[in-house]
Amino acid sequence: MTEAQVIEGLEALREVKAPPNVRGGVLLRTGLADAYFPLETPLGTLYVAHNQHGLSAVLYASRPEEFEMMFKAELGRPAIAQPAPRRLADTLREWLRGDRRRKLRFDLRALGEFQRAVLFKALEIPYGQIRPYSWIAREIGRPKAVRAVGTALAHNPIPLFIPCHRVVRSDGRLGQYSLIGPEAKRRVLEAEGVRLEELERLAESGVRYVGSATTRIFCFPTCRYNKTLSERHRVAFASEAQARAAGFRPCKVCRPAA
Amino acid sequence: MSDVDVLHDAFPKLVDDYQDALYRFALRLTANPQDAEDIAQDAFVRAYRWLEAHGFRSVDTKPWLYRVTLNVFRNRVRKARLATAALEDALELPDGPAEQPSTLAERGETRAELAKVLGRLPLRYREAIVLRHVEELSYPEIAAVLERPQGTIKSDVHRGLELLRAALAPVREEVLA
Repeated sequence: MTEAQVIEGLEALREVKAPPNVRGGVLLRTGLADAYFPLETPLGTLYVAHNQHGLSAVLYASRPEEFEMMFKAELGRPAIAQPAPRRLADTLREWLRGDRRRKLRFDLRALGEFQRAVLFKALEIPYGQIRPYSWIAREIGRPKAVRAVGTALAHNPIPLFIPCHRVVRSDGRLGQYSLIGPEAKRRVLEAEGVRLEELERLAESGVRYVGSATTRIFCFPTCRYNKTLSERHRVAFASEAQARAAGFRPCKVCRPAA
Repeated sequence: MSDVDVLHDAFPKLVDDYQDALYRFALRLTANPQDAEDIAQDAFVRAYRWLEAHGFRSVDTKPWLYRVTLNVFRNRVRKARLATAALEDALELPDGPAEQPSTLAERGETRAELAKVLGRLPLRYREAIVLRHVEELSYPEIAAVLERPQGTIKSDVHRGLELLRAALAPVREEVLA
């Protein structure tokens, strides 16, 4: 065989295309794309995106393609479907059950200082409990910024795991919820065992805090110290002023007042 | 726009433009698709880290990307992390004219055979041949990739082609017959 034939054969070896893993792997490893996978939750199938900094997005979408479009529009980089890392998937399921012993990391780099403070504060609210928007505002040192707290929570990029659903209006109404809609907020809270009807009845009758006649401490109605409180010793208050006037001090765990 | 933002915008395009070339380059050097995929990925990631640290301006992209890929490949050969033994002495010539046509025909497609034989060529010739006749780089470009004088490269390509001819002769004649 001639040299020309060999060269011709070598030229034919050009007809090769890179498999999709090359591009996908490079973009994932350089942080130019996030990996994502579907996850079963109390709200049905959600899509979870993550990168080397932690979880970057949790979104509801009807199909993976729709999720990819939403992710790209919101974060400006692509998301690539990948199998869920087992440890991460396990941790997520534990968190959904209220077991937060294993750490989750969140990629909040794109957010401002204020929104980050709001979201980190929301993370302090225990499973199965709720707090008013004004509580977050006061806790982060911006007591007048209640409305801005609502906006910050409405744009929570990682709902369910950063529990913005545990923040509700002081009048007992649930308020808005970015993930799917307000009805979903109710479903998540009920899945966590929050007795919403009871809380709504309390709120309607003007009750904001519940205190113990023996300890003379007042709490938010869902604070865990109320769980053991007997009906006989339970005292209801409509305001902080009323509680203080009765000689009660705020609980140091749920901090209903400064 | 900061340099990092420019890189974030430009890099995916760079991957789009060069992924087929770098994957093919690695595939023809290793003759193994899995190794080629790993090498191409590693090369792009290395390139990204370098650009992150030094910026886009100072590189002549094409030969530079080939050189990064080649370095990843050579490191793997050195660490013997390749599925195929890519060693200098691994070239085995087929048994020659004594082999029967029937068995030769069973070897299957010529292109696969050529790729296999190429993957066993001594590194020095393999690198030169792939860059010249598969990737179709110019001699000045190849000189930049291999950091060797053009004259040396020309003689390596020539010698490499001879080795390929010798290794392929019995197969090729049968297939063409």
